Amino acid sequence: MTTTAELPEQLAEIRDDFLALEQRDRLQLLLEFSNELPELPERYQDHPDLFERVEECQSPVFLFVEVDDAGAVQLYATAPAESPTTRGFASILAQGLSGLSAEQVLAVPDDFPQTLGLTQAVSPLRIRGMTGMLGRTKRQIRARLALAG
Amino acid sequence: MPVDNDTASKFAEYAHPERLVSTEWLAAHLGEPGLVVVESDEDILLYEMGHIPTAVKIDWHTDLNDHVLRDFVQGKEFARLLGEKGISRDSTVVLYGDKNNWWAAYALWIFSLFGHEDVRLLDGGRDLWIAEGRELTTEAPAPASVEYPVVERDDATLRAFKEDVLSHFGNPLIDVRSVEEYTGERTEIPGYPSEGALRAGHIPSAASVPWARAAAPDATFKSRAELEAIYQGEAGLAEGDDVITYCRIGERSSHTWFVLTHLLGFEGVRNYDGSWTEWGSAVRAPIAQGAEPGSATAPHTSVAK
Repeated sequence: MTTTAELPEQLAEIRDDFLALEQRDRLQLLLEFSNELPELPERYQDHPDLFERVEECQSPVFLFVEVDDAGAVQLYATAPAESPTTRGFASILAQGLSGLSAEQVLAVPDDFPQTLGLTQAVSPLRIRGMTGMLGRTKRQIRARLALAG
Repeated sequence: MPVDNDTASKFAEYAHPERLVSTEWLAAHLGEPGLVVVESDEDILLYEMGHIPTAVKIDWHTDLNDHVLRDFVQGKEFARLLGEKGISRDSTVVLYGDKNNWWAAYALWIFSLFGHEDVRLLDGGRDLWIAEGRELTTEAPAPASVEYPVVERDDATLRAFKEDVLSHFGNPLIDVRSVEEYTGERTEIPGYPSEGALRAGHIPSAASVPWARAAAPDATFKSRAELEAIYQGEAGLAEGDDVITYCRIGERSSHTWFVLTHLLGFEGVRNYDGSWTEWGSAVRAPIAQGAEPGSATAPHTSVAK
């Protein structure tokens, strides 16, 4: 993998944490991420209209990206408690991407979800949901930048 | 040693009442020798969040599918998997899961391909158990490994392949996908676009009965009369019919296979697990679009020989 060297530190840390574990424990770590998915900030709780449905996911997950004046990204996501895998994926991205610059997020390799070592534990099909989330996050950032520019 | 059947009056009206247990029955029988409870979900983490005490986990994707071939595991892997889970050939297996037992029914169908005799579903599945406030635990059991015999899978009796569907034309087919998938507006289940096909529509002559119509709002199965109104009434199935069910990869249609076979008593119902992801991508496989079933004919060939 030639691109991983450039991965922002906070994302690389998440990846390395997963890769350091046995297959079975990777699921437990994913569950921890799932439990850590933050509640939406109050200003967004009554605005489901702002959120985009991630069609690639097997469960209803919605995400919304903010790019602040300094160009820093915040990713917000919501998914039901009975869909812990989807919540886990969203939480990895929310923790891994938030605070990065828009350029840094856009430079994250599209195959980042496949590098977490979850393909065997979770199955490739399910991982595609996370790939969809990353793709939609990037698209929203491009749209925000185009508006601002 | 088989465990007692649930003689709940609701089940007595079904063709094979011994295939279902209620949440109440299961709560009273947990830990009984000979009983193994298995959770099988769509979401691979639900079990880790909390499961029925003593239940082991079997995942449809990582445990029951071959990782290279598009096929299920073979007898050897199945024997190893069940042995590790503490399941013997004579165990009573009660399966349950999320989403109206969707994936639990799929696991049950695969257990049946291997001829595991006593395999039952928990009526209402995971959702009802939780809705009733029953006990959950995150403690994973560590069953002692047992010997499960290597049994050759029977792919002829309960399973249909694409060629079987073509030679089945003239007999009833049930398409259990969403109406949008049936008419051809979309190739994938809403929210599941990763398992698409190259063409949209349905197998000619198939009746459309979305699978979840068999479930009541509390995730239990509807009564026999309600099910008969749907499958014999609307879909026009008649006693003695030879039926093939299909969906997208064979999971939703396992649920309908269970309903037709065990609740309504149809014999020889087969599930076509290749389903739309195969049919809708197969060269020259005949397809009908729109709300009408269309007629089943030989594959049309517009190219001159």
